[in-house]
Amino acid sequence: MRYAMAIEVNKCVGCADCVVACQTENNVPIGYSRDWIVERVSGTYPDIFLHFESQRCNHCEDTPCVRTCPTGASFIDVGGIVKVTHDECIGCGACIESCPYDARYFHPDGYVDKCTFCDHRVKEGMDPACVSVCPTYCMHFGDLDDPDSDISKLLKKRENFTLLPEAGTAPQIFYLK
Amino acid sequence: MEENILSTTRDIHGLYPHVHIWGYPIAIYLFIGGLAAGILLFATIYYLKGKADEMPFTVKIAPIFTFGLVVIGLLLLVYDLHHKMYVWQLFLTFRIESPMSWGAWTLVVVSIFSLLWPLSYIDDIEAYLHERGWKRLDDITKFIRNMEHKYVIPRFVIITFRKYRTLAAYLMLFFSIILGIYTGILLSAFNAHPLWNNSILGPLFLVSGVSTGSAFVMWLSNNKKERQLMSTIDMALIAVEIFFIIHMMMGMQAGPEAYKQAAHLFLGGEFTVIFWVVFVGFGLVLPFILEVFEHRGFKIHPALPALLVLVGGLLFRIIMVQAGQISEYPL
Ligand code: SF4
Ligand code: SF4
Repeated sequence: MRYAMAIEVNKCVGCADCVVACQTENNVPIGYSRDWIVERVSGTYPDIFLHFESQRCNHCEDTPCVRTCPTGASFIDVGGIVKVTHDECIGCGACIESCPYDARYFHPDGYVDKCTFCDHRVKEGMDPACVSVCPTYCMHFGDLDDPDSDISKLLKKRENFTLLPEAGTAPQIFYLK
Repeated sequence: MEENILSTTRDIHGLYPHVHIWGYPIAIYLFIGGLAAGILLFATIYYLKGKADEMPFTVKIAPIFTFGLVVIGLLLLVYDLHHKMYVWQLFLTFRIESPMSWGAWTLVVVSIFSLLWPLSYIDDIEAYLHERGWKRLDDITKFIRNMEHKYVIPRFVIITFRKYRTLAAYLMLFFSIILGIYTGILLSAFNAHPLWNNSILGPLFLVSGVSTGSAFVMWLSNNKKERQLMSTIDMALIAVEIFFIIHMMMGMQAGPEAYKQAAHLFLGGEFTVIFWVVFVGFGLVLPFILEVFEHRGFKIHPALPALLVLVGGLLFRIIMVQAGQISEYPL
């Protein structure tokens, strides 16, 4: 199993419903967030392009955050979901320093927190909160190892990109052009 | 032209606009690690060369400081944790892939060695303290002697250590090299920060650490020959350091965009003056020149170049820790 997400950037309107849904679903403390929206503007006037990207932990294939964790608190769970065991985390910040996407933060209680792909929902066959709440249906969650899953088909059919491929982490959040 | 705007708030203290998780404690910790490694490296090398009596300060006395240093280092490490109560988790596992993990273990091993090593030279330490006029520290040596006389276990440990000192020296040499390398590799393991993620940084930190070690011995030694030897070694190390720094800058300049930006922090960017003028100028070149003059027979107090090197070494680590966190891949 290899969980991944595909996000259609041209459908995203930047409403931030996914951000709020995550905060509610996962009890993210006020002032923090596990996912966020970036507005990307490119081109020169008058040919300007704009799209929105909903970003979060990329649940990378090659995880510097897990590698540098001294206690093993950061680990790769079933389906490639990168997680943190809170009571093994000493809060050293090594994983935060090693993530090129700034996907991790210190929870006010001291441990490191991040996106979990809502694995508690996924286990019950549901989509992550952000995916299921999106009003434009621009996010797709699924198993890449299953060739018949929606996400596998989408990625085969449509051109896509990942963030900072040059950082060498093999991100598993794909953005469909 | 491309512009990226963060639309939703990520008001996460310490993360924006740059990851700023690590501050002075980590920089001082790295400095202490390098310094302790340097001191122990010289102590063991000269012991194994059979020069314990010719270079008494280097071999017998200096390691007593490393114990204090390493303990301060470990305390700083714990102080910097955000989840302090769980620090013991660090010592439940050993993860070879994580420099932070094997570094913490190395510090513990080194602290044990650097406690036992000077204890086995307690007579020489007492003599040194007397000569320096630090009589108030007598109580400590007396206390240690009492322990040794009264209790079996400390006596046994110290006697055994004396007996197998050569074996201990080899082990200590090994661990001090690991410690020195670790202080450099710790940062270069973080590939999210182009400035840190380069292969010169490890050797550079190692050389700089050993150089601070030699400066430390040069500063506090009461033996003229020893001081001169250390100053010669220090000059060579400073030369290597400058070579590594230039090499590192050139390597980053020739690299991809993110690496060029990292180099720019030092070549026109916000760290230019503090790095080149204060660190390279006053922390490397000036002490080098002073040492050259000293060798030529000019009267220069050995503490002056030594302190410049030590302060420079600390500043170098502060700069690298700060600048490294600013250097990021453009998302
Ligand atoms: S995005 Fe960051 S935190 Fe998530 S798996 Fe990749 S490196 Fe780790
Ligand atoms: S902060 Fe916690 S999860 Fe992150 S590297 Fe340190 S111990 Fe591991």
